[in-house]
Amino acid sequence: MNLLEIKNLKMDFGKGAEALRAIDDVSFTIGAGETVCLVGESGCGKTVTALSIARLVPTPPANYVGGEILLNGRDTLKMSTRELQQIRGGVVSYVFQDPGASLNPVFRIGNQIKESLKLHKPEKANDAEVIRLLKLVGIPAPESRINNYPFEMSGGMQQRVMIAMALASEPKLLVADEPTTALDVTIQAQILDLLSELKERLGMAILLITHNLGIVGDMADRVAVMYAGQIVELSPARELLRRPLHPYTRALMNSVPKLRGDADRLSAIPGNVPRIGNFPPGCRFAPRCPIAKPECSEKNPELLEVELGRFVRCPFWK
Amino acid sequence: METAAPISAVEAKVPLSPWQLFWQRLKRRKIAMTGGVILIFLYTVSIFAGFIAPYRYDQINNNSFFHPPIWPSLQGFHLVVPRYEQGASVFDYREVPNDTKPLHFFVHTDKYKLFGFIPASIHFFGAGDDNYPVYLFGADQFGRDVFSRLLYGSQISLSIGIIGISISFALGMIIGGISGYFSGLTDTLIMRLCELVMSIPALYLIISLRNTFPPGMSSAQVYAMIIIILSFIGWASMARVIRGMTLSIREQQFVLAARALGQSHLKIIVRHILPNTLSYVIVAATLSVPYYILGEVVLSFLGVGIQEPSASWGNMLTAAQNTEYLKNYPWLLAPGAAIFVTVLAFNFLGDGLRDAADTKSL
Repeated sequence: MNLLEIKNLKMDFGKGAEALRAIDDVSFTIGAGETVCLVGESGCGKTVTALSIARLVPTPPANYVGGEILLNGRDTLKMSTRELQQIRGGVVSYVFQDPGASLNPVFRIGNQIKESLKLHKPEKANDAEVIRLLKLVGIPAPESRINNYPFEMSGGMQQRVMIAMALASEPKLLVADEPTTALDVTIQAQILDLLSELKERLGMAILLITHNLGIVGDMADRVAVMYAGQIVELSPARELLRRPLHPYTRALMNSVPKLRGDADRLSAIPGNVPRIGNFPPGCRFAPRCPIAKPECSEKNPELLEVELGRFVRCPFWK
Repeated sequence: METAAPISAVEAKVPLSPWQLFWQRLKRRKIAMTGGVILIFLYTVSIFAGFIAPYRYDQINNNSFFHPPIWPSLQGFHLVVPRYEQGASVFDYREVPNDTKPLHFFVHTDKYKLFGFIPASIHFFGAGDDNYPVYLFGADQFGRDVFSRLLYGSQISLSIGIIGISISFALGMIIGGISGYFSGLTDTLIMRLCELVMSIPALYLIISLRNTFPPGMSSAQVYAMIIIILSFIGWASMARVIRGMTLSIREQQFVLAARALGQSHLKIIVRHILPNTLSYVIVAATLSVPYYILGEVVLSFLGVGIQEPSASWGNMLTAAQNTEYLKNYPWLLAPGAAIFVTVLAFNFLGDGLRDAADTKSL
C-alpha cells in the first residue's frame, strides 16, 4: 500500500456559478520512503495540492468536489477536525517557503520546537529532546541556540529549525513547499543535502514542491509536472529529465539556462499561464504549445500511461 | 610598542531580546519614566494605606468639621504639631500659640488591618494625642482626615483601573481574536455586538446597568459591580482593534505552520496570534486605565458608586460639589489633584510605552 494516494482530486474555490476549479483531476501516489517532486509554474496548483493532503486549505473558500486523499489508506477528506489535528504534524509535516515568516517572532525557538513535541510526543517534550533535534538538523551549539528568537538566526538556520519542528513528531511524510526559494544557493544546497540525509536516516517520504528543475534532478525519485491545475506528466525523475515527453515539460526544460550555450536570450515559453477560471477549451497548454494542432483546442486529453510508469496528458507526445 | 588585542578577546554582543530592547528605548524617555515612578509610588502608598494614614477612613471627629490643613513645623530638631482651638464663629479654627506637641514616627494608635488581613496598630506618623490632630489635607464635613481618606480611597480608585483593564482587555483580546481568526458569520455577529455596545452612550449604560443591581449593597459588592460595568463597556473597542490585528496576523505563515503541526484553533489564537498583539495591548491598556479611574469617579460622583463612609476619590469629590464649600474649604479638592496626577502619570507612561514599542523610533 502506498503511503499517500491522491485519486482524481477535484477542488474548487468558491461555490456554484462562481466556482473556480483550482485542482482538476489530480492523481498521484507516494510510496513509503519515496521522494516525489511537484513541479510547475506559479499558480498551477502545486501548493494547494500539497496543503490539501492535511486539509490545510480553509473550507470555505475551498470546496472539495471529488476524489480521495488516502493517507495510510484513510481518506483525509472524510476526517474529523480532531483526527486531522493528529494527522497534521503526526503523519504529515510541512516545511514552508519562507522560514523567517514560518516561525512565530515572539517566541524562542526552543519553545516552538517543544510545542510541536507537546502535541505529538508529549512524553518527550523536554530540553534534551529539543537539543537532540537541533543537532540532528545541524545547528551548532544547540544548547545556547534554544534560547534564541527567530530573528537572531540566519535564514538557513531558521529553515533548519523549521525542519527540526517538522521532524519532532517523526512523520511518515514531509511536505516541503519550496523550502529553499528564500535561501541563497549555497544554503539551498545545504538544506537539500540535509533533507536527503534525514530522509535516508529516518526513512520518511518527501513531497518536494519546487520550480527548480536542478533540485528535481538531485532529489526526486519521481516527478509530477503540473500545469493549470492538472498533472500533465508523471514520470520517474531520471527519465523525465533525460527525455521529457509532454511539450510543456520540454518547454520548461528548454527555459533552463545552459552553462555552455551561445544563446543571447533565455528561451521562454510564450504567453502566460491561463488564469484560473479562464482556461482555454481543450488542452490547457494548447495556446502556448509549439506543436499544437487544431484538434487540441477541442478536447482535453486524458493522462495516459504511454510507457511503463510514464504518464502524459498529450496525444502528440511522440 | 602597543600590541593590538587579539580578536578573540573582543566579546561578542549577545543580541537583546525584544523586551530588553523595549526597556532600553523606554529608559531613554524621561517623562515616561517619571510617570512610571509616580505610579509605582502611588500604588505602593496605596498598598500600605493603613500604615501611612494617621487615621481610619471612617474616623469622625466632632470637633474638627472642615478643619483646615495642619502641617507639622520644625522646632529645633523636632517636628511639632500645633494645637488648634475653635474660634468665635462656626468652623473657624485658630492656632494656639506656643502649644505644640512633638510629632512621632511609628506610633501605636488606631487599629487597622494591613493588606486587609494583618491586624496592626502601628502608624507611620502621628502625635499620639487626640488633642493634637495631624490633618495634612484638612478635614471634611464630618471631621474626617482627608489625607487618610485619600489613601484609603486610592486603594479603590487605583485598583479599579488595573482590575477593570485586566478583565476588559482579556475579554476584548479573546473575543477579538476569535472574531478575526474565524471571520465569516462569527466575525459579523461579534462585531455587530461590539457596535451595539459601543453605540449606547456610556454614561446612560452605566447608570441603567447600575439600576439592575439591587440597592443597599455593601462596599465590596459595589466595587465588584463597578468593575463589571466598566469592563462590560470597555471590551468592545479592544475587541475591534484586536480583531483587525488578528485579521492580518492570521495570514502570516507561522499561523499556517502551527496549523500544519496540528495545533487547535483556540490554541493558535491564544498562543500564536494574541502574543503578537501584546506590544499594542500594553500601550492601549496603560492609556485606558485613566478612563476606568474616571469612570469610578463619575459613578461615585453621581452617587451610584462607592457609598459613604467608604472612601474613594470619586465619592470624596462629591463633597466638593458645593461652590460654597469650594470657596471656603478648598482642601476638599485634594482627591481631584490626586486624580489629576494619576491620570497624567498614566498618560505620560502610556505615550512613552507607545514610542518604545514602535520599533521604527530611536
